[in-house]
Amino acid sequence: MKYVDEFRRHDLAQQLAAAIQREANPQRQYQLMEFCGGHTHAIFRYGVQDLMPDNVNFVHGPGCPVCVLPIARLDHAMRLLHDHDVILCTYGDLLRVPASGRNSLLKVKADGADVRMVYSTQDALNIARDNPDREVVFFAIGFETTTPPTAVAIRQAHVEGLKNFSVFCNHVLTPAAIQNILESPELRGMGSVSIDGFFGPSHVSSIIGSRPYEFFAEEFQKPVVIAGFEPLDVMQSALMLIRQLNQGRHEVENEYTRVVTRDGNRKAQTLVADVMELRRSFEWRGLGLVPYSALQIKQDYAAFDAEKRFTVPVIDATDIKGCECPRILRGVKRPTDCKLFGKVCTPENPMGSCMVSSEGACAAYWSYGRFRQTEPVQEMQA
Amino acid sequence: MNANPERFNMRLNIRDGRVDMTHGSGGRAMAQLIDDLFVKYLDNHLLRQANDQASFEVNAGRMVMSTDSHVISPLFFPGGDIGSLSVHGTVNDVAMSGARPLYLSAGFILEEGFALADLERIVASMGEAANQAGVPVVTGDTKVVEKGKGDGVFINTTGIGVVPDGVNISGELARPGDVILVSGTIGDHGVAIMSSRENLTFETTIESDSAALHTLVANMVDAVPAIHCLRDPTRGGLATTLNELAQQSAVGMSLQESRIPINPSVSAACELLGLDPLYVANEGKLICICAADDAEHLLQVMRAHPLGQHAAIIGEVVDDRHGFVQMQTGFGGKRVVDWLAGEQLPRIC
Repeated sequence: MKYVDEFRRHDLAQQLAAAIQREANPQRQYQLMEFCGGHTHAIFRYGVQDLMPDNVNFVHGPGCPVCVLPIARLDHAMRLLHDHDVILCTYGDLLRVPASGRNSLLKVKADGADVRMVYSTQDALNIARDNPDREVVFFAIGFETTTPPTAVAIRQAHVEGLKNFSVFCNHVLTPAAIQNILESPELRGMGSVSIDGFFGPSHVSSIIGSRPYEFFAEEFQKPVVIAGFEPLDVMQSALMLIRQLNQGRHEVENEYTRVVTRDGNRKAQTLVADVMELRRSFEWRGLGLVPYSALQIKQDYAAFDAEKRFTVPVIDATDIKGCECPRILRGVKRPTDCKLFGKVCTPENPMGSCMVSSEGACAAYWSYGRFRQTEPVQEMQA
Repeated sequence: MNANPERFNMRLNIRDGRVDMTHGSGGRAMAQLIDDLFVKYLDNHLLRQANDQASFEVNAGRMVMSTDSHVISPLFFPGGDIGSLSVHGTVNDVAMSGARPLYLSAGFILEEGFALADLERIVASMGEAANQAGVPVVTGDTKVVEKGKGDGVFINTTGIGVVPDGVNISGELARPGDVILVSGTIGDHGVAIMSSRENLTFETTIESDSAALHTLVANMVDAVPAIHCLRDPTRGGLATTLNELAQQSAVGMSLQESRIPINPSVSAACELLGLDPLYVANEGKLICICAADDAEHLLQVMRAHPLGQHAAIIGEVVDDRHGFVQMQTGFGGKRVVDWLAGEQLPRIC
């Protein structure tokens, strides 16, 4: 644990906090978007906001794989279970996400559908091997980090000649989403919302490298600092962003040099490119249809593509009325701006996806930060 | 458990045999299973009465009673199994009132096809745990369900105990200014269980902390009869148990993350899995809330007991109408330590 604890040291946090205090210009606001749910989680879990001056604000972005999955895709998975009686393997986070009609995978599982929680694509392959007379579908979601394991599983199934394994592919791409946020009317129009700079994703960037962010740092003149997921990483990166903004720079800098390189993991990229290709367009919860923002399985591997293997009727999905997840995901609203927040929507009974995952902004606000909306209580002597 | 006094023609084939429907039918097969397995390992003079009930004298005073059903997977894990766990769990639930546990009952629901060798291991471990705790299983029941309708074996245990005079421990008695103690490192049991689940191949030497805490409680109650609250943070972990107590007592709590004892290998495993050790189950730890003036003395008493060596003061009770459990993080910020929502799940990204 020594390696991890070093990135959570109280004394270093105090030093960084003092540096940020010194360098942040009190005459202006710093609106810094952390794209990744992993950063949102770290900020709340360690109370990083408490160490920041009042004019440095974290704006929470859409980088939470569960949060951005549109309801229609969940409904699609439900149809696979209902119409085709498949074994659906999924990561645990997805189980509680609300689908149309207040349904969820957890509820259909209780009704008898065969939903299995897995920890890796290898678990899903094993389930397929153990159940040769059943169709086994892996519900693949996530950003560039989780895509290579899915590609490996498809290749493995291909090599083994597994006939009963397929993937329902929902892998999405980070750069396309960031660009979409920067092009959104709220940001480009009247300037009601401003984002001054970005914390770049850590795990995603370990795969894709830092190069893909260079285009929009230049195009939109916004600095990007690729930041590790530990709280000291977040603070160091905040300081780097503040320095860039103070100096009028808009470059891609890399704080997470212990993992991320400019070119990323070439082997993983090649592997993914062998099995998957860009989708013309993919729906994101919150962002709508975003061109070339997701991956689909290539024709060569069509036998392992659950969308090609099973016919599913066109789905007319409905979002929960009043749920502000879409605007929260774009950083336009805060969880506390939503009328449902903490009233009818809580982690026990989530109405929107942002309340489900621990990386979702609403869940983080509620579970770690809701004392901030009330009066302070007396402190314990440290 | 009605031991059949007659001899049986064939010995119970424990090595290769399996539970079948006749073992729950009330006939001779069941009588033999009881004799050769249950009575053999759980033996005591009350069980040997061989009636439908155990009969014993009790002294006048306040008694407590608690029940717990054990439906765990896997049945055997590093540091214990469902047998010892079913004894420890109920002994602890009784002891958390400050009571001295007296007797246990045990109800087994066996799945057809379950290996008798595994059942023997479980019952032997249960007998050993009851023996070590000095709390005998005095009555029991066995049922068999068809294959596919159970998960190997389910065990329900019920316990009774007697509370010493002058002791009044209850979840609603925490008051602002009280001090919160924990008896040792947290999260060991949950991580041990997770590391031994079949679909999570994860090599670790972490053992479950499963243990009977009643002798630790007895020492604590002797030293400080005015303890306000005791509870064992099992499912939902330390965080959920503190929230329960905060709600019951209508108070808030303020914790210091740096003071919460956590085994480094448990932290490391949780780190890898994306879990928070505050929400991971324990089976041999307790949380104690007492007046600030008693805290230091109680801490010394706890540390003097083998099961309380790593006891620590982790926070205090505060006045807060919202009932929040808050924590000063080791990093220097503040956060809420909330109830566990649903199951704690590994993160995706």
